[in-house]
Amino acid sequence: MSFRDRLKETRAKASDGFRGGKLMSSIFRPGSPFRKGYVDSPRNRSYVVMNNVLYHLHPVKVKRHGVRLSYTLCLGGLSFFLFIVLTITGIWLMFYFRPTELAYVDIQNLQTTIAFGSLVRNMHRWGAHLMVLVVFLHMSRVFYHGAYKAPREFNWVIGVILLLLTLLLSFTGYLLPWDQLAIWAVTVGGNMAGYVPVVGAQVKFGLFAGLEATTATLLRFYVLHVLFFPFIIVIFMAVHFWRVRKDGGISGPL
Amino acid sequence: MVDIPEHLLQRSAEARAKALGISIEQAMAEMKGQSDPTVISKEPEVKVIDETPTPTAETPAPPPETSAPAPAAETITPIKEEHAAETTEKVAAVKIDEKPAAAKPPPPAKADAPDEVDFAPEVKVTQRLLTVVKAKPIQKPVKEPIDKVNTWPHLMLPEFVALMAMTAFLIFLSAILQAPLLEEANPNVTPNPAKAPWYFLGLQEMLSYWDPQIAGVMIPTVVGLILWMAFPYIDRNPETHPSKRKFAIMFYTFFLAGAGTLTIIGVLFRGPGWNWVYPWIDGIWFDDLLDWIHFE
Ligand code: HEM
Repeated sequence: MSFRDRLKETRAKASDGFRGGKLMSSIFRPGSPFRKGYVDSPRNRSYVVMNNVLYHLHPVKVKRHGVRLSYTLCLGGLSFFLFIVLTITGIWLMFYFRPTELAYVDIQNLQTTIAFGSLVRNMHRWGAHLMVLVVFLHMSRVFYHGAYKAPREFNWVIGVILLLLTLLLSFTGYLLPWDQLAIWAVTVGGNMAGYVPVVGAQVKFGLFAGLEATTATLLRFYVLHVLFFPFIIVIFMAVHFWRVRKDGGISGPL
Repeated sequence: MVDIPEHLLQRSAEARAKALGISIEQAMAEMKGQSDPTVISKEPEVKVIDETPTPTAETPAPPPETSAPAPAAETITPIKEEHAAETTEKVAAVKIDEKPAAAKPPPPAKADAPDEVDFAPEVKVTQRLLTVVKAKPIQKPVKEPIDKVNTWPHLMLPEFVALMAMTAFLIFLSAILQAPLLEEANPNVTPNPAKAPWYFLGLQEMLSYWDPQIAGVMIPTVVGLILWMAFPYIDRNPETHPSKRKFAIMFYTFFLAGAGTLTIIGVLFRGPGWNWVYPWIDGIWFDDLLDWIHFE
């Protein structure tokens, strides 16, 4: 036996010992590819999902036409994924950001003195634009497939709420860098809300925490942006995904 | 004539040949009516068959059972109308054939024996194919089975790839495009033009047309939004194929084209004082995206 073969065998043994050990078995439930003895069989393929936290999101089996990329274009999944990316980068940004008069300086420092600060800020910002776009495209895909029809009517309603929440998340985030772009874009947007019939003035006052954008507005938008809207959107997403499954999985084929 | 599959015919011919001690070809010919049926001369199997029911004879038979044997012959032929005549004939033939054989050794337990015994002689004669019933479920399933595949790996792998591609794209974008950061916020200095975030620019553009009747824009917007939520309850057409919902498709496409046009105008073609500009002549008056190709 050559040295190479022996090395190989030793490594395989060690890997088996590790994957079959108590630690790995305690982390990964039966059927996981990370456990010892996983073989590709229909039974194990079911277990990968069924014995996994993923089972909350995916059923064991899905319609064949639904997995064709050309049907959903994965747009709903990407909306969700962008939300995850935004959550991770957003939490990271929170370490360096104070929603006060210092906000602008904090962003400047983030960009110039903190490792990867600029990259993470860019990812958060472009990711947010991308999410608005992708959610919109997802809605268009759903419309063109007539996927909102019975029994999926209510999921469309939830979807429109998700779109609004996405826009609100993006809009509240827009103010946070506290530069001229931020304050005036939000002023224009907030003023438009002021033209809403009947409750316009109240909505605008509530949004600005006053008559115009100030640091009070900044704090308000910050809390809404990092806590309130994410919390609400996660709840609606949970219901949205749950309904996708309960309504019989992906619609179609056409 | 029932269309009997060849392999079934072959099997019953073999069985018949074995029972009667004749060749398979002969049995086949008899079954097809091309040759006279072989007359049975031996009858040793009778004993074999009689032995099985004897234990039951020791227990006193329940009285109602005695009437059972008579209709037994009929009950085994619940055959479709079109073949009925043919089949009863066959059954009759069988019965006549074996009558003497069955009558010869009359076992005392005969009357009390379970039903099978009565036509057990048939078994002894041969196996006969009465009819072939096509395999059909009694209940028709309402739902067609759905063609499904395992989520792992058929859905999860593409999802993973999409996720990785999106991450790569986002990191690439973030590496080459710097997010804008203008001067510090100053409520006293209004930039000209002041633009909303891009997803509101279509609305801002519309507001600029109907400036005096701003409410005339916002009312339809709010009402439209509520109607949009209620859309599945308004569109009661159950069809999903595009060719059967032309109006809905047209409606949405016009909406997309309109919103897209207004947004592009708002982003690229509006400059100071919300006046019309050409981005290739006057530069881009939009600080959010494309901060990196600032003309001027
Ligand atoms: C944060 C935003 C959203 C997320 C994360 C999200 C996520 C998803 C996901 C993962 C699916 C599974 C199928 C697919 O990927 O296409 C789905 C389906 C669906 N979504 Fe969304 N969605 C969002 C917004 C919306 C919006 C704005 C609408 C419509 C107004 C909508 C309506 C629907 C409907 C009706 C389905 C079922 C489609 C089918 O069965 O073919 N969703 N969504």
